Amino acid sequence: MIRPDWHIVEQWIAPHSRVLDLGCGDGSLMAHLLERRQVLAVGLELDDDQVAACIEAGLNVIQEDLDSGISDWFAPMSFDFVIVSQTIQAMRHPERLLADMLSIAREGIVTFPNMGYWRNRVQLGLLGHMPFNRALPNPWYNTPNIHLCTLTDFESLCDELGLEILDRAVVDSARRESALLRAFPNWFGEHAIYRIKRRA
Amino acid sequence: MSEVAPKIAITGAVDVASNHSVGIVHPQTAIFTAPLALDCGRSLPRYALVYETYGQLNEAGSNAVLICHALSGDHHAAGFNAETERKPGWWDSAIGPGKPIDTSRFFVVCLNNLGGCKGSTGPLSIDPTTDKPYGPDFPIVTVRDWVHAQHRLMQYLGLSRWAAVIGGSLGGMQVLQWSISYPEAIAHAVVIAAAPKLSAQNIAFNEVARQAIITDPEFHGGRYAEAGTLPRRGLMLARMLGHITYLSDDAMRAKFGRELRAGQVNYGFDVEFQVESYLRYQGTSFVDRFDANTYLLMTKALDYFDPAHECGDDLMTALAPAQADFLVVSFTSDWRFAPMRSREIVRALLAAGKRVSYAEIESNHGHDAFLMNIPYYHRVLAGYMANINWALEPQAGVL
Repeated sequence: MIRPDWHIVEQWIAPHSRVLDLGCGDGSLMAHLLERRQVLAVGLELDDDQVAACIEAGLNVIQEDLDSGISDWFAPMSFDFVIVSQTIQAMRHPERLLADMLSIAREGIVTFPNMGYWRNRVQLGLLGHMPFNRALPNPWYNTPNIHLCTLTDFESLCDELGLEILDRAVVDSARRESALLRAFPNWFGEHAIYRIKRRA
Repeated sequence: MSEVAPKIAITGAVDVASNHSVGIVHPQTAIFTAPLALDCGRSLPRYALVYETYGQLNEAGSNAVLICHALSGDHHAAGFNAETERKPGWWDSAIGPGKPIDTSRFFVVCLNNLGGCKGSTGPLSIDPTTDKPYGPDFPIVTVRDWVHAQHRLMQYLGLSRWAAVIGGSLGGMQVLQWSISYPEAIAHAVVIAAAPKLSAQNIAFNEVARQAIITDPEFHGGRYAEAGTLPRRGLMLARMLGHITYLSDDAMRAKFGRELRAGQVNYGFDVEFQVESYLRYQGTSFVDRFDANTYLLMTKALDYFDPAHECGDDLMTALAPAQADFLVVSFTSDWRFAPMRSREIVRALLAAGKRVSYAEIESNHGHDAFLMNIPYYHRVLAGYMANINWALEPQAGVL
C-alpha cells in the first residue's frame, strides 16, 4: 500500500540519500523510498514483530527503544535525512528526539496527527470528550499517543529548539492535500508533515 | 542387553527420520600439507580438519554457508552420526530442511577447529617432529589462525566465497574475523551472542577455569596422556564454572530453584540441591568427551581475540575492510556476552557505513539461548537467511 503522504516525503528526499527511519514499523516507507529514490536506508524499531518483518523484507533495521536515545548509535551527520513518521506523539521525550535527530542528519522529516484538526476541537471543545476518531483511534486511557500537539505547538517547539522549518504540508484523512487545507492548515489538516533542519 | 539396544535405536531413528532433520551424516577429513603460519610465530607443517556438510552445493557453487563453532563445539552441528545416536548435533535446532539455516537451499559446512579434540589436528594428534602426541606443546591458536585454516578448507571444497558465515559466541568472533581477513569471500555475516573482545570479567572466568585444570595433580604439565591419567577434576570444575556463566540467574531459578534431591537437607557436603547435581553431571560428562589441553587452547583463543587492537583500539577502523552484510543478534539475559557487547559491534559497523541489522532477543536462558529454538530468534534468523540471494551481488540500495 502506498500512502499519499509518502509521496510528499518522497518528493523531499534526494535520490541516493542516506536515510534513517526512526520507528520504521514494518519498513514499508523504507521499501517505498528504496524503490522510488534508491536511498540507503536503515530503520530503528522496538517491536519484535515489526523488526522481524523488516528483516524478512530484506531491510536493515536496528532493534532499539527510541526513548533510550539515538545519538549513541550514530555518528554526527551520518545521514542526509532522518524520518520520524507518526511516532513523536508516542514518545516520552519528543523534544530530545528532535534535537538528537538533527545532530545525526542534515534534515529531518516529521509527521504526526494534528491535535488542532477541527474534529478534535469539536470533540473536546463542544462535546467535552477526548478526541476519538480515525486519526486518534485509541481511548484516552489506553493510547500510545501521550504527547499530542497542534501545528502551532510543534512550530513553537521547533523555534525553541533552534530548528528551522523548511517545508510544511498537511493532509486530510485520505492523506491528500487541498486548497482548504493550505488556507487553514491547523483547522483542516488531519496529519502534518514537516521538513526541518538546524538553524544555521 | 541386546533387548535394550533396539529401543535406543528406535528413539534415534524417530528423530533421524524427521522431516526437519538432515538425517544421518558422516564426518569427512581434509588433509593439508602446506604449512600454516600461526599468530604465535610457530607453524603447523601439516594438519587435518574434520568437517561435516549438509544439503547440496548448487551448480554455481554459490550457496555455501560456513558454521563456526564455539568453545566446546565441534564439526557435528546437525543430524546424527549413527542410527543409535540419541542426541543430534549441537545446532540441530537451527540447521536442517525448513529450519532457519535451510539445508534444502544451502550447502552447509561445519568443521572442528585447529586445536580441537574431535578429529582435527590438536593436542591429541601426533606431532610429526617427535612422533608423540602434541599435548601441551600444541601451538596456541588464535581466532585468526582458525579463519585462515577455514579459508583453506573453503578452497579445498572448491568454493570461492561463502553465501554466509554464521556463528554464536566464540563462533561469532570467527565470523567477524572472516569479514575482516577475507572480505571478498563472505557475502553475509551472522554474528550471534558475541563480543568484539572479552571483558576483564570474561578473561577472569577463563583464568579460573584454566587454573582448575592446570593445578589438578593429574594434569602433569599437560602430559597426562603419557602419565596414563586425566585431569578429571580440573576439567570438570572448569566446565561447571562455564555452565554457571552460560545460564542466567532466572534460568537457574526456573530450572532448579532450591529443589532438594532427597527432599530434605542433610547438613553435609554431598550433592543436595538439584543445581549441584546438574553441574556435577555436566562436569563429569564433559570430561569423557573433551580434552583438557584443547579446553586451555580454546579459552586462550577467546582471551586473545581483539581485532580492534591492531587498529588503535578502534573497532570501526578494524571493520572498515568488511564487504559483507551483517546480522547481529543478542539475548537480553546473556551476561557472558551481554547485548551491550553486540551493540558495540553494531555501532562500529554503522559508523563504518556497513549494512547491518540488529535484533535483541528477549530470553531468560542466558548465553545458552543462542542454541535454543526461540520463536522470535528463529524468525529473525530464517528471515535473514531467506533474503540471501546468491544469484545476485548484495543489493546496492540497502545500507
